[in-house]
Amino acid sequence: MKKLSKLSTVYLVIMFFILYAPILYLMFYSFNSGGTMYHFEGFTLDWYKELFGDSRLLIIVLNTAIIALLSAAISTILGVAGALAIYYARRRRVKNTLLSLNNVLIVSPDVIIGASFLILFTMVGIKLGFISVLLAHIAFSVPIVVIMVLPKIEEMNTSMIYAALDLGASRWDVLTKVVLPYITPGIFAGFFMALTYSLDDFAVTFFVTGNGFTTLSVEIYSLARRGVSLNINALSTLLFIFTMLLVVGYYFITKRNNKPGRMGVR
Amino acid sequence: MKSKSRNFYLIPYVIWIALFVVMPILLVLYYSFFDIDGQFTLDNYKKFFTPVYLKMTFSSFWYAFLITLFTLLVAYPIAYLLTKTKHKQLLLLLIILPSWINLLLKAYAFIGIFGTYGAANSFLEVIGIGTKQILFTDFSFIFVSVYIFLPFMILPIFNALDELNPSLVDASNDLGASKWTTFLRVIFPLTIDGVKSGCQIVFIPALSLFMLTRLIAGNRVITLGTAIEQHFLVTQDWGMGATIAVFLIIAMVLIMILTGKRKRGIL
Repeated sequence: MKKLSKLSTVYLVIMFFILYAPILYLMFYSFNSGGTMYHFEGFTLDWYKELFGDSRLLIIVLNTAIIALLSAAISTILGVAGALAIYYARRRRVKNTLLSLNNVLIVSPDVIIGASFLILFTMVGIKLGFISVLLAHIAFSVPIVVIMVLPKIEEMNTSMIYAALDLGASRWDVLTKVVLPYITPGIFAGFFMALTYSLDDFAVTFFVTGNGFTTLSVEIYSLARRGVSLNINALSTLLFIFTMLLVVGYYFITKRNNKPGRMGVR
Repeated sequence: MKSKSRNFYLIPYVIWIALFVVMPILLVLYYSFFDIDGQFTLDNYKKFFTPVYLKMTFSSFWYAFLITLFTLLVAYPIAYLLTKTKHKQLLLLLIILPSWINLLLKAYAFIGIFGTYGAANSFLEVIGIGTKQILFTDFSFIFVSVYIFLPFMILPIFNALDELNPSLVDASNDLGASKWTTFLRVIFPLTIDGVKSGCQIVFIPALSLFMLTRLIAGNRVITLGTAIEQHFLVTQDWGMGATIAVFLIIAMVLIMILTGKRKRGIL
């Protein structure tokens, strides 16, 4: 039972191949001097040179990064407050209502979020652009942070809070010296998820971005609609490497954070 | 004394809920009662029940159903086999990794692979079938959608399978059940919660895909999402777009009730 049968192994290998093939395919042709995605003529780094020479694209990359970092930071703060609010809610009904409302944006399709935010921003009078995209990203990242932080708070021993209070800690001390250090891994996880959600988002941004402001996803979409251009391949290779670094970094951060946490519990 | 600080955490969070959860839904509902000239009307709802829109809704559900079904059929064996491997957590991470890569890039990769001279056609050429039109077909649309949703289906099923007490499977085997019976009567029913949440995670976005329909299906497939995008960003008929959105929200709520977990009852 422990060893997989040959057929199962073959199935898994094929699935892994299919999962990674498109990404490797993209990366492979980013070095093609032929300019197409089907006939490999020769090795070249021209597409990368072109990429780094394209100041418009670099600005878009910068925009995307700023939006991702800002929205992740702000939504982490809001999300931690939200998780604490849910945790401290005494009545079961309030708790459940808050949780359901929290999950609305997680399960809502991107199109609905995008369309409804477009209506919202137009009615309130926020000009479509940087601010509207930032607000939208913060809005849809908050519930994810809450979901990542809440289990961490709930596994915390309440007597720690009471002990701190008994020993004369103020509310603020309890938050900054007891609760926050304990839930730090959850906060990191939430921040990271918010970051990836923001970097990945296309649909919501597409709705609320207006004319002047573009993020990477929207830019790739408009380029891809025009057809294949190996700039995108070069860009995706870089993005792939960046994503991998982010994931590996996240993996080590959580690993390092988990160890003392676990020991503290036991 | 304590309630004061509780209220403090609630303030920013409730403001967020009010502004970005409740308000948008109400605004969508509100806009669905206005036509393109800003006049109050019920025409949008009348229009939705004409054959054109009903057919589109039906086909959107049909595609979402197919996508969910195929994703489940592919994902379940993967999740099952993963739990049997030695380094299951590492392999699971490798499965999830591609889902962190921007969706657009994956769609773009398939434009290249499924293109007339792409890898898929070269492969067909080699095995003797010959070049076919792959891009802009139902097949390519469903294939790419399944590809994209696969990790989201595998994860909950994997977790459910991982929590499954192996002694139950052993007991079933010892009592003489065949492998298939064990799967059908023991493993599958006990992991149904994972299957349900996987289906929920896949079905709702599948109903509202719009980027893939344009890039991969070449506008041949019109989903509810495509229609909403079309109305909001192309024809600027926000009223009709909002009406479709209202029905999409209703569908979403129904699906969530249908696939909702009743964990407390079981445990």
